[in-house]
Amino acid sequence: MTAFRIPGKGRIDHARPVRFTFDGRVVEGRAGDTVASALLANGIHLMGRSFKYHRPRGAVTAGSEEPNALIRTARGRGRAEPNTRATMQEIHESLAAESQNRWPALAFDVGAINDGLYMLFSAGFYYKTFMWPRSFWDRVYEPLIRRAAGLGRAPTDPDPDLYASRNLHCDVLVVGGGPAGLAAALAAARTGAEVVLVDEQAEIGGTLLSEPHLVIDGQPAWDWLAAALAELGAMPNVRLMPRTTAIGYYHQNMVGLCQRLTDHLADPPADAPRERLWRVRAGQVVLAQGAIEKPLVFDGNDRPGVMLSGAAQTFLHRFGVRVGRRAVVVTTHDSAWHTAFDLAAAGVRIAAIVDLRPGVDGALTARAAALGIEGLTGHTVTDTRGRLRVSGVRVNPVADGRVGPGRIVPCDALLMCGGWTPSLHLFSHTRGTLAWDEASGAFLPDRKTEACQIAGAGRGLWGVAAALEDGAKAGAEAAAAIGRATAPGTFAVQGDRPGTGLVVRELPTDADPGRAKAFVDFQNDVTAKDIRLAVREGMRSIEHVKRYTTTGMATDQGKLSNINGLMIAADALDRPAPEVGLTTFRPPYTPTSFGALAGYRRDGHFEVTRKTPIDPWAEAQGAVFEPVALWRRARYFPRPGEDMDAAVARECRAVRTGVGMFDASTLGKIEVVGPDAVTFLERMYTNPWAKLGVGRCRYGLLLGEDGFIRDDGVIGRLAPDRFHVTTTTGGAARVLSVMEDYLQTEWPDLDVWLTSTSEQWAVVAVQGPKARALLAPFVQGLDLSEAAFPHMSVAECTVAGFPARLFRVSFTGELGFEVNVPARHGRALWETLWQAGQAHGIAAYGTEAMHLLRAEKGFIIVGQDTDGTVTPQDAGLSWAIGKAKPDFVGKRSLVRPDIVAPGRKQLVGLLTEDPDVVLEEGAQIVADPRQPVPMRMIGHVTSSYRSGALGRSIALALVEGGHGRMGETLHVPMPGKTHAVRVTGVTFYDPEGARLKGEEVPA
Amino acid sequence: MLLIHCPYCDETLPEAEFAYAGEAHIARPADPMALSDEEWRDFLFIRSNPRGTHYERWRHVHGCGRFFNAVRDTVSDRFVTTYRAGEPRPDLSASTGAAR
Repeated sequence: MTAFRIPGKGRIDHARPVRFTFDGRVVEGRAGDTVASALLANGIHLMGRSFKYHRPRGAVTAGSEEPNALIRTARGRGRAEPNTRATMQEIHESLAAESQNRWPALAFDVGAINDGLYMLFSAGFYYKTFMWPRSFWDRVYEPLIRRAAGLGRAPTDPDPDLYASRNLHCDVLVVGGGPAGLAAALAAARTGAEVVLVDEQAEIGGTLLSEPHLVIDGQPAWDWLAAALAELGAMPNVRLMPRTTAIGYYHQNMVGLCQRLTDHLADPPADAPRERLWRVRAGQVVLAQGAIEKPLVFDGNDRPGVMLSGAAQTFLHRFGVRVGRRAVVVTTHDSAWHTAFDLAAAGVRIAAIVDLRPGVDGALTARAAALGIEGLTGHTVTDTRGRLRVSGVRVNPVADGRVGPGRIVPCDALLMCGGWTPSLHLFSHTRGTLAWDEASGAFLPDRKTEACQIAGAGRGLWGVAAALEDGAKAGAEAAAAIGRATAPGTFAVQGDRPGTGLVVRELPTDADPGRAKAFVDFQNDVTAKDIRLAVREGMRSIEHVKRYTTTGMATDQGKLSNINGLMIAADALDRPAPEVGLTTFRPPYTPTSFGALAGYRRDGHFEVTRKTPIDPWAEAQGAVFEPVALWRRARYFPRPGEDMDAAVARECRAVRTGVGMFDASTLGKIEVVGPDAVTFLERMYTNPWAKLGVGRCRYGLLLGEDGFIRDDGVIGRLAPDRFHVTTTTGGAARVLSVMEDYLQTEWPDLDVWLTSTSEQWAVVAVQGPKARALLAPFVQGLDLSEAAFPHMSVAECTVAGFPARLFRVSFTGELGFEVNVPARHGRALWETLWQAGQAHGIAAYGTEAMHLLRAEKGFIIVGQDTDGTVTPQDAGLSWAIGKAKPDFVGKRSLVRPDIVAPGRKQLVGLLTEDPDVVLEEGAQIVADPRQPVPMRMIGHVTSSYRSGALGRSIALALVEGGHGRMGETLHVPMPGKTHAVRVTGVTFYDPEGARLKGEEVPA
Repeated sequence: MLLIHCPYCDETLPEAEFAYAGEAHIARPADPMALSDEEWRDFLFIRSNPRGTHYERWRHVHGCGRFFNAVRDTVSDRFVTTYRAGEPRPDLSASTGAAR
C-alpha cells in the first residue's frame, strides 16, 4: 500500500493489485483504478507535457473532460491509441501507458524551451510568425510546424481490433447515470416503458460515487445506489449501459452511443469487438449529464498538483486516494469547502481555504474553524511555486478591488473550483438554444427542438436532493409523453450539499497580468492574456476569438475552458457575457475512434465487390483484376513470364487474327416492356427507335436535359413491345433511376415497365474473324450467316443447350457476338466455348485489351472520353441523333448558344510524331510549346495506348475546335519532354468497317 | 438520421432508404423546342434555394422505388409533410410543423 492510498476506502478492490507500465516503469494499482488514480496513489502527478509550451502537467479532472493527462495506451502491435485520457482508462495487467509530447523524457523535455519563449507563441502566432521570407516556408517553417504539431503519435500498423455496430429503439433513453438520471430511469421504467440508461463511466452512479456520506430514503448513498441499480437491472424493459458515451444527438431523437467493451480487460476474448457503436432511436430522451467544474484562471494554475476540487473528492471517495499530504483550496463556490472537509477527515492537511468571496455561508466558516482550517475569505491566488509539482501558492487579500501583499503557503496540492457549468453539449447538438441565467451564472437550456427532457445539474439545479426530484419528474414527463402517465416519486436526502458560487474571470492579481501564465485552455495552452490580445487585435466575435487563440479547439472541446474564455472575452469587449455568447458544440461529445465509426465497413466489407458468374474461372486462370464501379473485372490474363503489355498485345492479336472471349456480364441491362416502350425510348434516347425492326439492335445515346452525354449502349428490339437495353457497367443504376424518374413523374401516362436485368444475364462476348466458326456449331434455332444474321441483329435462340439472347454486335471492330444466357449458366457456357475455342487458338481477353481494341476503332467510353460536358456533336456522334424527332431528353440544349458556339472541346485522334511514345492519359495539350509558362491549355488526352495492330501508339483527346484541326500539329508537354502530335480522326483501324463480316463459316 | 414518411408505403423510415432528387414542381415543358434560350436556361438551372420551406423530390430508392414530393424546412431540416408525385402543393396553413 502506498502513502497516498487509504486502506479500505473507495470502490476499488483493495485485495486485487493490478500492475501496468507507465513510461516503462511498473506501477501498481488496484482493480477498479484508472491510470490517473493509480498514478496518484503512487504520488505521481506529472502525467504529460502540454501541446505548445511543453509545460509539465498532471490530471486536472477525474473524468472525460480531462485536458492534460493524455497518454498513449498500447497492448501489442497495432493496438495503440494516442490521447487516451488517463482519467478514463481503466488499468489492467496488459496495459502499457506512455506520456506524450516529451523528448527525451517526461521529467526533462527539450521542447520546454518553448515555455521560455512564450512571447513568440502568443495568440495567432502561426499567422504572424511564419509569414516571411516566403522561401522559408518549404524548408524551415513547414517541417518545423509538422514536427511540433499534433498531440500524441498515431499507430502506423493496421488496427487488428473488431468494431461492432447496432441499432436500438427504445421509449426513453437516459443519458447520465447520476442521481437525476437514475431517478428518471426508475420513474420511466416503473411504468413499463423500454428504458436505456447510459453512462460514460465504468460504474453507474455519477456524483453519488463521490458522496458516500449522503443518506437517501434512510439508506447510505451507496446502498441506495446498489438497490436502485438492482431494481433497474432486474427489469426486463431496462438496459443499463456503463462505459457508454452518448457522442451525438441527431435529428428526430437519434442518439449515437459508443460503448467501450474491451479496453478495460487484460485478456479480452479474441472475437470480442473493442467498441460498439449504437444508433438509438428514442421516443423521449432524458439528458441528465450533470455539470462540469470550472477551473480558476490564475498565474501558474497548470502545475501538476493543481486540480479541480471535485476531482480530488472523486479520487478520495471512489478510489481511496489522497491527492496530496498538504492541500490548499482556492474557490469561488461552496462545493470546494466540502471537499476540503472530506479531505481533512481523510487525513489530508488543509493549509488554507482561499475564497475570493468576501463572505460565505457561516456554517462553512464555522466548520472550517472547528477543523482547524484557515478560511481565507476575500482572498485571491496570484502565483504558484514548484516545477514538476506544485510546492506552494501565493495568497493575497483582496479588498475593494485592490490586491494586498501576498504570502506563500506551502502545499503539494492546490484544489480549485470556479463553480459548475451545466453539461449541455448534447442538447446543443439538437440546436436547442441556451439562455444565460444570472442567478446561477450559467447558460441553461432554453428552447427545445427535440422530444427531450433536461434534468438535474444540467439545468442548473445543485445538490443531490434537487437532482433526484428533478430526474424523477423528467422521467415521469418522458413516460407521460409516450402515453404512460405516472406520478414522480419523492426522495428524502440527508447530508446534501447544495451550494452557491460566484462566476469570475481571471482571479485578481498584484502582478503584471501581461507576464502571467494563467491558463484558460490547458490542452491548447491558451492563457487569459491570449484572449485579451485577440480582442485588442480586433476579434469581436467569440467565434473569431476561438479560432485566433484556439481556445476550446482541443480534444476536450472547451469543456473546462469555454465559460472562462467567454467571461474574459466579454470583459475585454466590455459587453455582457450573454451578448458575446458561446461557440457551438458539435458531435462527438468526446473523442471517438475511427474504428467505432467505421464498424464492420472495413477491408472486404468497406463496399460490395460484385463478381460475375465467370469470375471464379478468371481467378483460377490467374487473371489480374481491376475495380470497375463496384465490380471486379479481369483486366488481363497473363501467361507465365508476361507483363501487362505482353499479355494485352497477345490478347488483342487473338481478337484481330483469330478469336477472343470476353466476360461482358457487368454490362448494365434494363428490360423495357410495354405498349408504350418504343415511345418511351424515343423520348429518352437521342436515336430513332420507331422504325427499328424486331430482331435488330442499334447504338443508343442518352443525354441529360443539359445536352451532355450521360450514357450509351446497344438496344435490341425483341418484340414490338419489348426492348433489351444495355448501359455502361458503372451507369446501370443511374440510367434506370433516370428512366424511372421520367416514367413516374413526367410521363406517367406511358404504359411501360422497367426492370433491371443486369445480374440476370451472363454475357460472353466472342469476337474475331473466327467468332462465327467457333459459335455456330453451338447455336440452335438460328442461322448465323451474314445474310440471315447481319451486324446489329438480335435473336432468341439456344446456345450450347442454354436459352440465349444472341446479339451480333462488335465493340472491337471485328466480327462479334454477345451471348446472353441466364446467369446460372454463364460459367458453363464460358467453359464450353473456351474448350471449343482451343482449336481456333482462342484467348480470353480482359478490360485492358477491350479498351485498346475499341480505341483503335474510335469507340468512346462514357466517363473516360467524355466528362459530363461533352455533347454528341463534340464526341462526333451527331449521326446518333434522330433529326426528325420533335423532342428527346436533352434535345433543346443542343441548340443552346454555348453549345453551338465555336471553340468547344471536341473528340479527335492524336498520333505522336514518335510512334513509340505513348502519351499519358490526362496530359494537357498546347498549340505552341514555346509560349511562356503558364501555357494556354487547349485540351487533354482521354485515352492512350500502344496499338499492336497499328504498330504504333494512338490516342484520343478532347481539343478546342478539334474537328477543325485535322492534320494540325499540337504539343503535349510530359515529364522530361514535350511531344509533337498530329490531329486525326478517331478511327485508327479498319475505317471502312470491312472486318465486321469476319470469315465465312467453311462449308 | 432523418425519418421520412413515404406516401406510397405509408411508412416512416430511415433516411438511408431514400435519395434526394432536387426541387419539386418543376415540370418538364411540353414542347422544349418552343422555349426561348432564357426560358430553357431557367428550367435547367434556376432553382429557388429558399431559407425555410422547400418543396422537393425524394425517391424511396431502397423501398418501393417511387418518386414523391416533400416539404422540408431547410433551416431546421425538419419534414413538414410528404405527398405523392403529381399532387398539388399542400396547404401548409393547418400544418403543425411536425413530421408525420
